[in-house]
Amino acid sequence: MKITDKDVAYVADLANLDLTGDERARMLRDLNSILEYIERLGELDTGNVAPMAQVSDRYGVDESRHGSERFAYAIREDVKDGLRKSLPHQVALDNAPETDGTFFEVPKVIER
Amino acid sequence: MAVATIGDIRGAIAERKTTATTLAHDFYSRIKKEDLEIGAFLTLCKERALAQAGRIDAMAAEGKPLPPLAGVPLAIKDVMMTSGVRTTAGSKILDDFIPPYDCTAVARLEAAGAVLLGKLNCDEFAMGSSTENSAYHVVRNPRDKSRVPGGSSGGSAAAVAAEMAVAALGSDTGGSIRQPASFCGVVGLKPTYGRVSRYGLIAFASSLDHIGPFAKTVKDAALVLRTIAGRDPMDSTSAEVPVPDYVAELEKPVRGSAPALKVGVAKEYFGAGLDPEVRAVVEAAIQKLAELGCEVVPISLPHTEYAIPAYYIVATAEASANLARFDGVRYGFRAKANTLSEMYRKTRDGGFGMEVKRRIMLGTYALSAGYYDAYYLKAQKVRTLLTRDFDEAFKKVDVIAAPTCPTPAFKLGEKVNDPLAMYLADIYTVTANLAGIPGISIPCGENHEKLPIGLQLFARHFDEATLLRVAHAYEQTR
Repeated sequence: MKITDKDVAYVADLANLDLTGDERARMLRDLNSILEYIERLGELDTGNVAPMAQVSDRYGVDESRHGSERFAYAIREDVKDGLRKSLPHQVALDNAPETDGTFFEVPKVIER
Repeated sequence: MAVATIGDIRGAIAERKTTATTLAHDFYSRIKKEDLEIGAFLTLCKERALAQAGRIDAMAAEGKPLPPLAGVPLAIKDVMMTSGVRTTAGSKILDDFIPPYDCTAVARLEAAGAVLLGKLNCDEFAMGSSTENSAYHVVRNPRDKSRVPGGSSGGSAAAVAAEMAVAALGSDTGGSIRQPASFCGVVGLKPTYGRVSRYGLIAFASSLDHIGPFAKTVKDAALVLRTIAGRDPMDSTSAEVPVPDYVAELEKPVRGSAPALKVGVAKEYFGAGLDPEVRAVVEAAIQKLAELGCEVVPISLPHTEYAIPAYYIVATAEASANLARFDGVRYGFRAKANTLSEMYRKTRDGGFGMEVKRRIMLGTYALSAGYYDAYYLKAQKVRTLLTRDFDEAFKKVDVIAAPTCPTPAFKLGEKVNDPLAMYLADIYTVTANLAGIPGISIPCGENHEKLPIGLQLFARHFDEATLLRVAHAYEQTR
């Protein structure tokens, strides 16, 4: 299954990238070469295999419990008794390209 | 400056033969002399280093007991946040980023007395196998300056190899500690997933990212691991598993261990594509392990050939999500634009390099409607199969031995225009990230051009103790 110029444009749009004409041409070539290599995964029968998203599930999850209780291991000690201190407001703004001192500023979103 | 290991340095400071401040100055002089050509460092943090060295010297002067890494000059891959010290992840999009807090592993090193010299060059967002994807400059392999140091932690490996730092931290998502360690002839350890907190590590692929040490010796790597390992409430995937005294563990003899330690050798790691000289040197190293009293057992890891395709789906899918945060709003580079959407696009287009864009594109494609099952879900299922391969193998053996890389360090520029060839440099390392098992690369010889070759060892989840013990025993035979 070869991807096309149209696919590259669609995926770039999803990823919030514009890409130059040259980059799109390289992307088309490189992605097709990588995807062709990846096709070999199709050789494996994985019909009865469960997907693995996380290594930590192997030692943390309590299968005898239900729902989010299964992940009780991941609940942080420091939030059991209320919220931890967060970054001071000013510190959180320090790296921002543009602020008004209270909020991050961005170009206008809604035209009217 | 003759002292080389962590133990030597701490001892010399305790006995007042030198001071942490003198040492820090010595290392900065060496960096000034060597690094112009090598390019391992991106940022030096002299003020912070000398303040810490001063604290250690004051303790030594008062005769107080010194912490385990007292005065030891270390350096940090620039994907780990350092409060008040510029952290770029090798990317122009974070060119002026000053983190508001420290990465847990970094904070633990400093709490143990280490002196942080500076931040080390790497592939942009740790995406690469040669450090040629750094947005700043290339790193040259100290063993042969026409060659790459490996990647993505190329600066970390080169800094330790060129003795510009006694040890360093790197990150390993698909081999980025072990492969450069192999290329530069140093020790590189990727611990078990969950052994070391990822808090403050700039995320590439969260289920595959690991922090670990580079050092000249296995014992030094063990000392650093002992310092940075253990549960951290700030990373919910860091494990509540006790941290053994790795240094005491590695001193336990391998010879005479009853029953004998079993070392598995998987045929899939010695197939087509393996350089004949690398094969010969690694096979000789495995023979040494047998002479040390280990029982060498042939095993099979049958799904190995599917590791690279599965890895490049999982890693890029996670990366495409993680890197969505770089939008020019809260930190980092922002491009001038009239609308919000245009700002996002121009910022990302101008801020990211080609390899990062390529991986975001591949990951976005693999997660997009209509392709999710065929790519991402399929890769996650293959990840289960690859992990089962190791589970089966570790029923029979305690450690698995393999080459770290199919070839020694390649030439600068050799693979930059062929991303697939670059990805295949990780063929022996990515499975340990998918399965989360610990792996180490230790120098085991050279080819005819004097290029270092690495022996890679794997062990069961959280069994770094056995991994380090076998690695240390092997190291003592050289």
